[in-house]
Amino acid sequence: MKSVLAILTVVVALVGFWYAACVPMNIHEAAMQAQRAGEEVTPAEAPERRHMGRISLALKNTGLWSTVFSQERPQLPAPHQVAQEFWKTTWGMIERGRAFSKRSLILHGWITLSATLLGFAFGTALGIVLAVSIVHSRAMDMSVMPWIIASQTVPILAIAPMIVVVLAALSVDDIVAKGVISMYLSFFPVVVGMVKGLRSPDAMQMDQMKTWNATRTETLWKLRLPSSTPYLFASLKVGVAASLIGAVVAELSLSSNGGLGARLLAGSYYGQTVQIWSALFAAAALAAVLVWAIGVAQKVTLKRMGFAQ
Amino acid sequence: MMAWVFGSLLFWAAAWALNVRLSRLSAPWVRFFVPALFGMTVIIVWEGMVRGFGVNPVLLPAPSAIAATFVGEIPTLWGDLVQTFFKGALSGYVIGCTAGVLTAIAVDRSPFLQRGLLPVGNFVAALPIVGMAPILVMWFGFGWQSKAAVVVVMVFFPMLVNAVEGLRASETMQRDLMHTYAATPGQGLRKLRLPAAMPFIFNGLKICTTLALIGAIVAEFFGSPIKGMGFRISTEVGRLALDMVWAEIVVAAIVGSAFYGAVALAERVITFWHPSQRG
Repeated sequence: MKSVLAILTVVVALVGFWYAACVPMNIHEAAMQAQRAGEEVTPAEAPERRHMGRISLALKNTGLWSTVFSQERPQLPAPHQVAQEFWKTTWGMIERGRAFSKRSLILHGWITLSATLLGFAFGTALGIVLAVSIVHSRAMDMSVMPWIIASQTVPILAIAPMIVVVLAALSVDDIVAKGVISMYLSFFPVVVGMVKGLRSPDAMQMDQMKTWNATRTETLWKLRLPSSTPYLFASLKVGVAASLIGAVVAELSLSSNGGLGARLLAGSYYGQTVQIWSALFAAAALAAVLVWAIGVAQKVTLKRMGFAQ
Repeated sequence: MMAWVFGSLLFWAAAWALNVRLSRLSAPWVRFFVPALFGMTVIIVWEGMVRGFGVNPVLLPAPSAIAATFVGEIPTLWGDLVQTFFKGALSGYVIGCTAGVLTAIAVDRSPFLQRGLLPVGNFVAALPIVGMAPILVMWFGFGWQSKAAVVVVMVFFPMLVNAVEGLRASETMQRDLMHTYAATPGQGLRKLRLPAAMPFIFNGLKICTTLALIGAIVAEFFGSPIKGMGFRISTEVGRLALDMVWAEIVVAAIVGSAFYGAVALAERVITFWHPSQRG
């Protein structure tokens, strides 16, 4: 309860800071509009204002402060503008029965989500297979593991455009191209976590399996895999967030089919800041839901498997 | 042409057999030789497959072609590197990480704020922050400043979370000891809690090296002057000059690893006392 209050305080402080920041960020535009409407602005001429700092202009025109929160294309939209746009493009679209129209964030969110989940599934499978072979083969461990770690210092998102183009030339489906990038980002936490998890049974437990004359496969299925489950879920949480980032960035290069990344790009082309922010929030909400869903699965699974919580 | 395919496959089999044998040894050089041989195998198989099957260079250029482009285009690559890494990524990294640590120290005296900041910071660190790039490019223009701003936003929260965790890492017993020495809060911070936080701070710094490079490169997709690694990648992809793209990726890989290595080296020097560094 106490921490809920603390979190709320931080969130309220952030929102307050955001509202406060709207004033200097949008004041130039506000002054311009007020001048056009024939209101009094200090200083009166546009060239003079252009060279003024945002804060000093804001302090000289306190009368304009009320207009900075409702501009059409603000430099920084106010939180309620973003919330309105978000609402209009999600629930508002459902109400009008156009949940999957091109202007609906639900459609774009769904496109991103499907690519994310595909890449996440591939990445998790690849990660588990790699981890199992690394744990069972010393040669794999020594030769592949250093490269897996090194692969993460490569800014892989940078090559997203190339992967997209190459896979498109091979006439692979778009969603697969996005999924490949998501996969690359999400397999790493799974490999690292699973290697740790598969090695987590202690010597006593391994000896016990030996006294039962268990084969390596039996040890894997009955001891190693079950005891790696907590590690797996911890990695999945990191992996799914990474996978979403991969999908969004892939959509920057593959924007013709929509998706949250495509909304970001379109918004940046046309200066639609409110649209950019609401797409960002949709991505954030998606990330939160995905991580939360894995958290729930984690709780249920671990409880049924009898791990102490 | 099939000779290339079979030759490379043969090399692969031989190298793998050698690696399996070597991995049973415990000599120190084996630890470097085995992964190096594996890396070489990948490159040779790649070269062999591309030549053997005559893969179109628009899809996948051979490593030799990439190396030739790399050597031939060093001035361009260097210019891009300076623009993206030294101006964009590095300055953003320094500002963002410093701000993260300073914020952590600022909220250090208030457990209330810490309890609020940790979950929020953890949440934000998991978000696709890189999506902020178009907004920040709009605010700060096409120059390196907007790339630095993206990097600042990207590294701030992971750094903050790690630093806050780190400042809580010292044990009650140790803090009590500082108390019996009549240490002021400032002294306690400088002499006990900041050093104790160093492993966590370095963890954050290492995570942020990759984020910084990613942020700077992706931000260039949204607009940049006519140089920079992200700019080069997106334009050369458009021209289907994939050897140049790969050359940029090689540069990014080298710089990314070197950056990470430098931070890891600093960690070794500064947190020499930590169990993970003594092994």
